[in-house]
Amino acid sequence: MSIVHAVIHVVLVVLLPPLLLGVVNKTKAAFAGRVGPPWLQAYYDLAKLLRKGSVFSRTTTWVFRAGPVVALVTALFAALIVPLGAHPAPIAFAGDFVLFAYLLGLGRFFTVAAALDTGSAFEGMGGAREATFSCLAEPALFFGLLVLARASGSLSLTEMLGVSVGATWAIAGAALVAVATSFFVVLLAENSRIPFDDPNTHLELTMVHEVMVLDHGGPLLGLILYGAAVKLFVFAALVVGIAAPLGGVDPWLAWPAFVASLLGLAVAIGVVESVMARLRLVQVPALLLAACLMSAFGVLLLVR
Amino acid sequence: MSTWLVVAAIALAAVSGLPGLVRSPRGGGGERLAAALLVLAGAVGVAGGLWSLTGHPSALDAPWAVPGGRLNLGVDALSAVFVIPIALVSALGAIYGLEYWPQRAHPDSGRTLRAFYGILTAGLLLLVVARNAILFFLGWEMMALAAFLLITTEDRKASVREVGYIYILATRVGTLCLFATFSLLFAATGSLDLDDWVPAFAGPLRDAIFVTGLVGFGLKAGVMPLHVWLPGAHASAPSHVSAQMSGVLIKVGIYGLVRITALCAAPPVWWGVALIAAGAVSGVLGVGFAIGQHDLKRLLAYHSVENIGIICIGLGVAVLGRALGRTDLVALGLAGALLHVWNHGLFKSLLFLSAGSVLHATGTRELDRLGGLWRRMPRTGLAFLVGAVAICGLPPLNGLVSELLVYLGLFRAAIGGGGLIWLVAMLAAAALAMLGALALACFVKAFGAIFLGAPRTSDVDRAREVGPAMWAPMAALAGLCLFVGVGAPVIAPLLDRAVAAWLGGAAPELGGAAPLTAVAITGGALLAALAVVGGWLARRTRGAPAGLATWDCGYAAPSPRMQYTSSSFAEMLVRMLSWALRPDRHAPALREPFPSAATFASHVPDTVLDRGVRPVFTLIERVGGRLRRLQRGSIHLYLLYIVATLLVLLLWR
Repeated sequence: MSIVHAVIHVVLVVLLPPLLLGVVNKTKAAFAGRVGPPWLQAYYDLAKLLRKGSVFSRTTTWVFRAGPVVALVTALFAALIVPLGAHPAPIAFAGDFVLFAYLLGLGRFFTVAAALDTGSAFEGMGGAREATFSCLAEPALFFGLLVLARASGSLSLTEMLGVSVGATWAIAGAALVAVATSFFVVLLAENSRIPFDDPNTHLELTMVHEVMVLDHGGPLLGLILYGAAVKLFVFAALVVGIAAPLGGVDPWLAWPAFVASLLGLAVAIGVVESVMARLRLVQVPALLLAACLMSAFGVLLLVR
Repeated sequence: MSTWLVVAAIALAAVSGLPGLVRSPRGGGGERLAAALLVLAGAVGVAGGLWSLTGHPSALDAPWAVPGGRLNLGVDALSAVFVIPIALVSALGAIYGLEYWPQRAHPDSGRTLRAFYGILTAGLLLLVVARNAILFFLGWEMMALAAFLLITTEDRKASVREVGYIYILATRVGTLCLFATFSLLFAATGSLDLDDWVPAFAGPLRDAIFVTGLVGFGLKAGVMPLHVWLPGAHASAPSHVSAQMSGVLIKVGIYGLVRITALCAAPPVWWGVALIAAGAVSGVLGVGFAIGQHDLKRLLAYHSVENIGIICIGLGVAVLGRALGRTDLVALGLAGALLHVWNHGLFKSLLFLSAGSVLHATGTRELDRLGGLWRRMPRTGLAFLVGAVAICGLPPLNGLVSELLVYLGLFRAAIGGGGLIWLVAMLAAAALAMLGALALACFVKAFGAIFLGAPRTSDVDRAREVGPAMWAPMAALAGLCLFVGVGAPVIAPLLDRAVAAWLGGAAPELGGAAPLTAVAITGGALLAALAVVGGWLARRTRGAPAGLATWDCGYAAPSPRMQYTSSSFAEMLVRMLSWALRPDRHAPALREPFPSAATFASHVPDTVLDRGVRPVFTLIERVGGRLRRLQRGSIHLYLLYIVATLLVLLLWR
């Protein structure tokens, strides 16, 4: 039976992420009074991009082509470590959260390296910002993981987020609110959403992720788009895992419940993007620091 | 058996460079013989270390005419853990040196360089197997003085001489502290042999022993703020010497700390907390200073401070575990620290050797003068990339495994610990997470600035890929980084023995306490998946046009000087950390509407050296200057001093 659930996990990881982008964009369109692109637009974009040809700058080496590949593969592996709903993740062991964070780090390393490979100042700026902001997002993530570990008495994401979260809400609800809020901010930062970055702008208006991938086109851009969707899915599953505990739910009912909460989170992201403006660049570290302190506050609540 | 092998390695290493000294400086100067002897010493030393670690520790004891000294040597599992990297890195560095510092190009310094390199290797090996304080100091001083002579190889440069003075001062102060440590041990037990020292750690002197040991060994290891000698020394030495110093020499400081903490069966909790705190500070500030550097080798040197910090956190977790009676923390913390000693020895040597190749090919260590080297030096570039990914602790390479063990130790301490330990573990875990992200930023910056993009100056144009004597050692180190990354379960039993030797009893096996097999399998699967997707993309983009200019938002004529430099990449982070880094910025003030040509320069000096150490020593010099009146340079006067001292001593007793 657990094999079946593992297969469902993999299928969701592979198929669902682009839909999240569709939900976010539909929400934003609804706020703006537009019809908006179709729900499945991201899938159409991917199909189109993967069929296209590509051109390369003469300064680039294979590092430029490795960037999108590594970013996608690491995001997919990270998605296999996060439990979905109450089901154990396919990859679960004590300390898997470290592998989770460092897998995403590997993706970041190669994305930034690919940006630097073009020799363009724009992409260098994007890379520098991505690397800088993650230095503040990472402690926020680990403070939150400490809270989850202490509350659940476990060192595996599957057990930190899966069955035990429901019990944790009863004994340390305030700490979990702090961690969930902090993780939501980390989600927005790591995925370059508003208020950190505007995924819909290009060129000079954009600041972090889009500016790093200006020179990628065709199948490479397709891989980047897909990888970014998977990364959004990963962080969304992390937040949903805390905010919507499905421990006591029937194992089969847990799947639709999980997907519904995930799509609900996508709507929330869309709402945030609709009602907020992008922050000025110099204010971004302050918001990330606030996320860090939020998680650290959760840690302090567990001192005894 | 294992002890005899290590003794043979010490002897071979010590004499390796000596035949060259009597050869003519023209021609080879015995360089091949020296390298061959060191490779043999390395092989014998690694064999001895592995033999001991696979369950065959041994010892050797003989009388020695020196007062208080015994020829007391032993290769237990703890010594073996340090013997192996010393032997390996020294041998690989010797091969690298054949092409990097050939006798023909350096007729006046090549022979002495090789002689001192061999003596340094012998000293390092001797001190980690010595079981007697006098013998230990023999090895320690061989190491310390040979290192001074190696750092000042290019002593015609004033900057190198200054760095040498700072180093020799730091190592003297360190030795002084260790004299205090060993004197206290002697006072407590009446013995200068390691095996007799255990009772000292049950007595009242143990805190004093720990503190003096922490300062003395911490100075050698480069724990912040005792690191002041390290960046300059590592940057100024020839690169294969830098690799040896950064990869293994500073680890003997860690060896000392591991050794003295091993003797204490029930350490107080604050020892562990102190080690963790020192490690966290070293880690975050080490990488912080690294980000601000423009000199590639100084950048790498500051990363040694960072990695020593990670090792100290692991050791601190182990000491904490022992204080609390938690053997699982001991196993995870100590195995993490010791494996990180190996890992850092591998990837930092790899990085210094590839930095040396860049310096050899372009003649500059300035990051902002390089760029686009990948096209000219793909092998060196790949070696640097492997080292960079490994040092950031990223999968599937070796850095992840040891950092994972340290994280697990910290998290386990955090879960079960009371208020104080929960807070300490929480701050250390966050520091570890932050320094990981900072290291990533720093290394992607360095890799990008050196190898990617377009060449920034003409220094790059003359670069050629290095020859086999230089890239073969790099390839070996890179291969070992991958092996430890995906083959960690093979290494676990070796670390188990070292943990048991430290604890003096049974500890939980690493294979059960840590998910090494799962990490190895995931790492292998990750590599396979990357190969599949990468292969698909390579086929998909085959024949795509690749001769166009970077698009650059429509600007048609970008020049290499418009690229983001390493300084611009680091600018935000340096500003965020400016409370500690205190960067110097020399920016022109723009007043008129049409400003004239201007220059901008930024520089991150060592805050501790410039604001802490230098003022103190200036003060000492001013006060000490008055004492110079006693030093007249006349033998008669000195004889008078000696007689007077003797007289006073005789009258006093």
